[in-house]
Amino acid sequence: MFLTLVRRDLTLIARSPALWMPVMFFVLVAALFPFAVGPDARLLGRIAPGVVWVAALLAALLPVETLVAPDLEDGTLDQLASRGIAMELVAAARIVAHWLGFALPLLAALPVAAVLVGMDSATGWRLALALLLGTPALAALAVVAAALTAGLRGGGALAGLIILPLALPILIFGVAAATPGALKLLAAASLVSVAIAPFAAAAAMRQD
Amino acid sequence: MTLRPHIASLAAVPPEPLTVADLACRRGDRLLFQGLSFRVDPGAALHLEGPNGSGKSSLLRILAGLLAPAGGSIAGGGSRGFLGHDVALKPRMKLGEELAHWARLDDGRQLLPAAMAAMNVAALIDVPCKHLSSGQRRRAGLARVLASGADLWLLDEPTAGLDTASAALLASAMAAHRAGGGMIVAAVHGDIGLAAPQRLQLG
Repeated sequence: MFLTLVRRDLTLIARSPALWMPVMFFVLVAALFPFAVGPDARLLGRIAPGVVWVAALLAALLPVETLVAPDLEDGTLDQLASRGIAMELVAAARIVAHWLGFALPLLAALPVAAVLVGMDSATGWRLALALLLGTPALAALAVVAAALTAGLRGGGALAGLIILPLALPILIFGVAAATPGALKLLAAASLVSVAIAPFAAAAAMRQD
Repeated sequence: MTLRPHIASLAAVPPEPLTVADLACRRGDRLLFQGLSFRVDPGAALHLEGPNGSGKSSLLRILAGLLAPAGGSIAGGGSRGFLGHDVALKPRMKLGEELAHWARLDDGRQLLPAAMAAMNVAALIDVPCKHLSSGQRRRAGLARVLASGADLWLLDEPTAGLDTASAALLASAMAAHRAGGGMIVAAVHGDIGLAAPQRLQLG
């Protein structure tokens, strides 16, 4: 059941014309920063992890309007609920599919982004590990915000306002991932977000 | 209310009759209906009639478990197959993929070919859903209900957008469902080809 739902969500993501948008966006933001702050390699190297994390957060937010709203409008959630399928399961499947759809391409594009912001390879590897731990939380928060704002006009902008404060712990520990302690805190914060998100999203999706 | 504990084959165990007692529905500040009681036996069908906004769709949503009633109780009815106004077909998916996906969730894969033939959508399986007409989408939604193997069909104006031939297909599918012990509750305006339905006037 769960795998059927995940596979379905992945198929829909793969057919979407916006499939490559988050990763393109991620690379473009990384490319933009050297132009904005100038070619000072030391400065760039220092802010690089922060730049990558902000870019990843915005990339996770990009498809937020397509995560839940279409299913609410076209009756898909009704069909699932009338079959007695728990909305928590639907939300969890959506989180997994969204993570696979945006975070994996993003990790693949990380070397490109790392070169663009002048990151050395040791930092790059640590950042990759931090992204691997932290992006599930970004996907989970995006699905929660999508569920909360589905059916509202301007839902996407509102979703951004909901996610950004909640994503702060992930961002703080993610950028500080150079120290092992921060990595553990990042994993903990990520785990909490992923564990709570299906229930929060389901509560919002069960509106009548 | 567990809605679909397991997809039972219709012939194996006849479903419990659908029994509704003292049901009330509130939407916002408005009380749509209250004190609603009725019973639908296996093989029987119920027409929900009444003007727009009288609560026909809300009653169907309550019976499908999509909406919490403001009061009263619902018992029996077996597993539900619901078709509302929105048919839940994704524009970029082919119709065959859509029906197969739902059949997989319903564990109704062996029922799907017959259901597609009964609603005459078998020739459309390679068509992306965005290219389907509203009548074809409707037929696909009905085929999904058929393929679900559900005991109780909850249909919201099932003939809306159907041509005469398709309406006749629906009528014979509903007759076959009832002959097998299935139940139907449908919101209708006029006749949808159900033989000897019970009628419930709302509003």
